[in-house]
Amino acid sequence: MYVAVKGGERAIDAAHDWLAEERRGDLSVPELTIPQIREQMALAVNRVMAEGSLYDPDLAALAIKQARGDLIEAVFLIRAYRTTLPRFGASCPVDTAAMAVDRRVSATFKDLPGGQVLGPTFDYTHRLLDFALMAEGAPPSPIPSPQGGGEAHSGTRGATMAGQVPPSPLVGEGGGGGAPPDPVPHVTGLLDRDGLIEPAHPDEAAPRDLTREPLELPASRALRLQALARADEGFTLSLAYSTQRGYGRTHAFVGELRIGMVAVEVELPELGFAVEIGEIELTECETVNQFKGSRTEPPQFTRGYGLVMGQSERKAISMSLVDRALRWQELGEDFIGAPAQDEEFVLSHCDNIQATGFLEHIKLPHYVDFQAELELVRRLRREALAVREAAE
Amino acid sequence: MPHTPEPDARRAWISVLAKAPPAQLAGLMPDLAPHTCLRPPEIGTVMVQGRAGGTGARFNLGEMTVTRCSVQLACGTVGHACVQGRDKDHARRAALADAMLQTDAGPELEAGVLAPLRHAAAAARAARAAKAAGTRVEFFTMVRGEDQ
Repeated sequence: MYVAVKGGERAIDAAHDWLAEERRGDLSVPELTIPQIREQMALAVNRVMAEGSLYDPDLAALAIKQARGDLIEAVFLIRAYRTTLPRFGASCPVDTAAMAVDRRVSATFKDLPGGQVLGPTFDYTHRLLDFALMAEGAPPSPIPSPQGGGEAHSGTRGATMAGQVPPSPLVGEGGGGGAPPDPVPHVTGLLDRDGLIEPAHPDEAAPRDLTREPLELPASRALRLQALARADEGFTLSLAYSTQRGYGRTHAFVGELRIGMVAVEVELPELGFAVEIGEIELTECETVNQFKGSRTEPPQFTRGYGLVMGQSERKAISMSLVDRALRWQELGEDFIGAPAQDEEFVLSHCDNIQATGFLEHIKLPHYVDFQAELELVRRLRREALAVREAAE
Repeated sequence: MPHTPEPDARRAWISVLAKAPPAQLAGLMPDLAPHTCLRPPEIGTVMVQGRAGGTGARFNLGEMTVTRCSVQLACGTVGHACVQGRDKDHARRAALADAMLQTDAGPELEAGVLAPLRHAAAAARAARAAKAAGTRVEFFTMVRGEDQ
């Protein structure tokens, strides 16, 4: 039960003033600017954009500054702002095959068209604190890395497509450093050409939108993907990890992980044709998973899919694993009661703004509820004592 | 004098104008020719869609901020813009350029604004691609003899 409680305005004002002061911190330290946050805290900005479900690096940077670096609070600010904007329409589906890739790696094929492009990755860093970054005014130094480039792959031969139908382009096309950018086809598309993986046929049906209508279960895969794309990274990571540890195992390989810029095309009604209105950075992960085959289908791999705004590969990989685990029914697998298989569990708990709202509301005044409980406990104790005294 | 441009050409220049860094566009086109706003710059969002598996069924990925604007020149030519972000000047300038590119002022604008923007975009893309190419792994595999 909620009762309006008046009073406290003065205290609230004072608390907010103090918050502003604490946000600024020590005045002898220069204030952060929005461009500084956008450029130098880019992965935090990316996370706020992804979970805020609004691509706008400047706004995400502002939200981070206002929220004192509390990323979930920043996501909340972005979600709230988003609701004030009119929606002009939907884009054409982004063509991730045409992505200008900064990073593109495959854990399933060593040699593939377009090559393995590491991009600006934390992988292979030693995770040692770089004290040079602490030295004020020093020119930026790259994170120390072991000798880069040209690593020998000591004796092991990765899976190749040797022995496949000849036109398969996966054979013998290692990339060369410094070459002009080659087209970078999806690995799963190449597997699909050979019939080794379930196809992903285009479907032009307008997808339902979580932000416009309440979630109804069972949800379509499109709705699940929307929910996961904006889901809390930590929650998604933990669920994905649980599938790897056996709670809904899907035997995932990262067929491909790519990060880069993708053009966004929108059909403008006043023009009558689609135009590119901008570019956004996306991270895409496609997993290749086991499948037994059935009476009608020969054995073939299945897919999990992750697509996240910004550079966010932990989230994209997690999303693809959870997407795949949630597809158990469609693929005729057993439900073993694993959390990651449970659509209702996943979709009802993956949103950190919903979760925060409900969780934190219990700190707000519940004086009347509690008063009722208190009265009840007192009465029960009185009665219990009376019974005991009567017995003695 | 308005022309009817090839849709492909118009498509291309609208995209160049939309993707241009606002400051650069403003630098190349500092003065705004007289025009009336049919639709003043308005900030909103577009829902970006993806496809499951990269090629399959469409799904809603999340929104992005955009600003749209429509202007009309004195000769009656109408220009439209829808640009990423929340920069109203960018949207107005892009709409105005779209209108002017359909008139006799087109060739001048093509050379003075579009060409430098295209050049800068291509250079930025090439620089980024070169950096990525520098991180491309060149495997070499030891011969183990089992194929012999």
